[in-house]
Amino acid sequence: MADYILEMRRITKEFPGVKALDDVNFKVERGSIHALVGENGAGKSTLMNVLSGWYPYGSYTGEIIYNGEECHFHKLKDSEEKGIVIIHQELALIPYMTIGENMFLGNERGKRFAINWDETHAEATKYLKIVGLSESSKTLIKDIGVGKQQMVEIAKALAKNAKLMILDEPTSSLNEEDSQALLDLLLEFKKQGMTSIIISHKLNEVSYVADDITVLRDGHTIETLTKGKDDFSEDRIIRGMVGRSIDDRFPKRHDVKVGEIALEVKNWTVYHPIYSDQKVVDDVSFHVRKGEVVGFSGLMGAGRTELAMSLFGHSYGTGISGQLFLNGKEVHLHSPRQAIDHGLAYVTEDRKGNGLILSNPIYVNTTLANLNGVSNRGVINFDKELAVAEEYRVKLGTKTPSVQQNVGNLSGGNQQKVLLAKWMYADPDILILDEPTRGIDVGAKYEIYCIINELVAEGKSVIMISSELPEVLGMSDRIYVLNEGRLVGEFTRDEASQEKIMACILATDTAAKE
Amino acid sequence: MSTKTKVLGFVQKYTMIIALVLVTAFFTWRTGGKLLMPQNLTNIISQNAYVFVLATGMLLCILTGGNIDLSVGSVVCFVGTIGAVLMRSNLNMWLAVLVMLVVGLLIGAWQAFWIAYVKVPPFITTLAGMMVFRGLSNVVLQGKTVSVTNAKFVQIFGGGANCYVPDFFGGTSINILCIVVGALACVLYLFFTIRNRTVRKRAGLEVDSLVKTVITAVIIVAAVMFFTLRLAQYKGLPMALIWVALAVLIYTYITSKTTVGRYLYAIGGNETATKLSGINTKSIYFFAYANMGLLAGLAGILTIARLTSAQPTYGQNYEMDAIGSCFIGGASAYGGVGTVPGVIIGALLMGVINIGMSIMGVDANYQKVVKGLVLLAAVIFDVVSKKQNN
Repeated sequence: MADYILEMRRITKEFPGVKALDDVNFKVERGSIHALVGENGAGKSTLMNVLSGWYPYGSYTGEIIYNGEECHFHKLKDSEEKGIVIIHQELALIPYMTIGENMFLGNERGKRFAINWDETHAEATKYLKIVGLSESSKTLIKDIGVGKQQMVEIAKALAKNAKLMILDEPTSSLNEEDSQALLDLLLEFKKQGMTSIIISHKLNEVSYVADDITVLRDGHTIETLTKGKDDFSEDRIIRGMVGRSIDDRFPKRHDVKVGEIALEVKNWTVYHPIYSDQKVVDDVSFHVRKGEVVGFSGLMGAGRTELAMSLFGHSYGTGISGQLFLNGKEVHLHSPRQAIDHGLAYVTEDRKGNGLILSNPIYVNTTLANLNGVSNRGVINFDKELAVAEEYRVKLGTKTPSVQQNVGNLSGGNQQKVLLAKWMYADPDILILDEPTRGIDVGAKYEIYCIINELVAEGKSVIMISSELPEVLGMSDRIYVLNEGRLVGEFTRDEASQEKIMACILATDTAAKE
Repeated sequence: MSTKTKVLGFVQKYTMIIALVLVTAFFTWRTGGKLLMPQNLTNIISQNAYVFVLATGMLLCILTGGNIDLSVGSVVCFVGTIGAVLMRSNLNMWLAVLVMLVVGLLIGAWQAFWIAYVKVPPFITTLAGMMVFRGLSNVVLQGKTVSVTNAKFVQIFGGGANCYVPDFFGGTSINILCIVVGALACVLYLFFTIRNRTVRKRAGLEVDSLVKTVITAVIIVAAVMFFTLRLAQYKGLPMALIWVALAVLIYTYITSKTTVGRYLYAIGGNETATKLSGINTKSIYFFAYANMGLLAGLAGILTIARLTSAQPTYGQNYEMDAIGSCFIGGASAYGGVGTVPGVIIGALLMGVINIGMSIMGVDANYQKVVKGLVLLAAVIFDVVSKKQNN
């Protein structure tokens, strides 16, 4: 019988309105590298957060057996004490501290309150050597590259005496060379008996490094593939990740005439607002017609949101170049206000962070982007405002006792409807919907799709950014695929399939494959 | 809804009013009724006029996200200094008042520019302003006192012995004008309540239950009439009350009925969402801080009129009184929550505690301790109740 270091049994974790994990089973053999793959939102990170105690014991159901005993982790420290260390996707290092300080942050060397700096740096140097870094431990984090920062993260994990290392997308921000070095390091650790769990979208890396691959989809464990026993090809893994049929989860669109080009973008390039030499959107050109739903597919961080926000009055990025045409005329939009006045609307993916004012009632949120519509020379007409909010509540079927209810009290689906209402009331011609159904239940999703259909029936254009392939396929007339800031594919509704899009996204070297 | 949650909701909604009533009752009892004597009620208004005005302006800054303005005390002093010096050289008093307001506004705009458009943190900008304008006041006054001798100015803006609205009705033992104004205010209140209700009902919108409306109206009318009757028994309407009432009415309107007001709340609630909704958030920040300067100017006028002089030390800790009143009055330390009436109640609560303890002869240092604890308690309440809601 195999020796399992970790067994997670029947894990179920619910967030308000959604089941992120549903009865998930997950077993990891000691001394192996186990990959966890799945689409965005499949539940990979949630599962790891359950394991690490980030979601404390009691907030989920199911049991975690580690080293043969059942564990109840209430906080990160609990799991770290047992040797489970998680390395997050976003680097958690402090730029203005040295490597050594970062490595022992929260795990300081020395007695009681006095930190022993000699010991700290001596130990740091030791672990740096293990991960193959020759930097001094007194170098500031900001002065070393991303690839080396990732290595410092691993050294930090080692310093915590890790027995089971969890790496969430460790190579997502690394170039090929650094990625290779990191993967080889993992293989090296494996020889010394370390167990690793790696979450990754890069399937070539996964098949290179992993002994087992567990596929998650929609919060369920789909299958576990074992090296040498099962087919480890990318096509095989993709089939496991997407293997769903598109049934009647999407309402039919009738008699929508696709008209002339409403929006056209040429050679759009955007740089990162802080790291201004990093291209986030790279020479993207596309167009959308009236009455058309255009899907944008890609992984998180592919640059879709950044593209959309930079188009929406330069709300994101620096050094933006390229041309934007609306109804054939070139426009220059430098603020959200100008974008709105030109008939654009951007419905954010982050409805709580960037979309809604949770502490305010529905009617305030509904009219926020077009408050002048219910006011006269700067004085708000409350009765009119309430009437507008009520109209959209009925139109979109928002479930709430009244429009005076605070948005924070609504479920995800109903919040999304309020967000849509806000932008519909701004009366745009082109709506950019960024992940319009993220984190909401199936019923509410269907209603959102119906709203999208009504919008295009009125002759408006919809750009839908979505990480859910079935949704993109089920709703779009045309699909663009973005990867690492570049447009890497365009499909019509008839050509597109989940496998084609997934393959297009995951191809690390797109040019060679096509 | 169960009775328990109903009661809890009621307490949460009207915490500060309940606290004000309880504190007033406590001090009335401890001072043997002296607190509610006409002269003391008058003093609560006159002494705290500057707090009401500054707290109103401070609320606008706090709404944008818990941002405060530390410079107001120094600005009050500087504006007062300018005014006193101008009037010493026999400048027309109305011209002097105008200059003071403009100077206040310019100072506000200066700080607002750095805060809104250069993104210097408000705390730092106004801390700098606090030092700069305190220093400048000293420079202009050369460390001395300049007295304000313009009797008309003192009478119109002051809170001293003769600073009352003249009784046109010629009441002798009791000020009839005061009672008339109180009654008029009640009639107007009732008129608007009834009109609002009928209009909204006709439009098919939700309205409060009749019982609730009637009870609220009775309480408000009773409070207003009690208050004005008491004032009438002393010398009538203090002039300071007129200016405070004017400021309060205007800013209640701005915050609750205009788009600018709505945007102030929106920024405090979620700045990114507000920006992405096409609102020029910078100009809203600018408005809040420039306006604070204007109101500091008004407070400066009220201060030198009440104290009939300008001194380099005037206005010290005024910013703390204003900030404290806002938080006690229910403004959220994170922004986006708070109302002008709430803040006024917060300021009143502080005023009652002040005067109550003074009448009781409590040592001034202990008064500070009590006020500090009240402020802390109010913010703890805000933070804890927010946590529970989540």
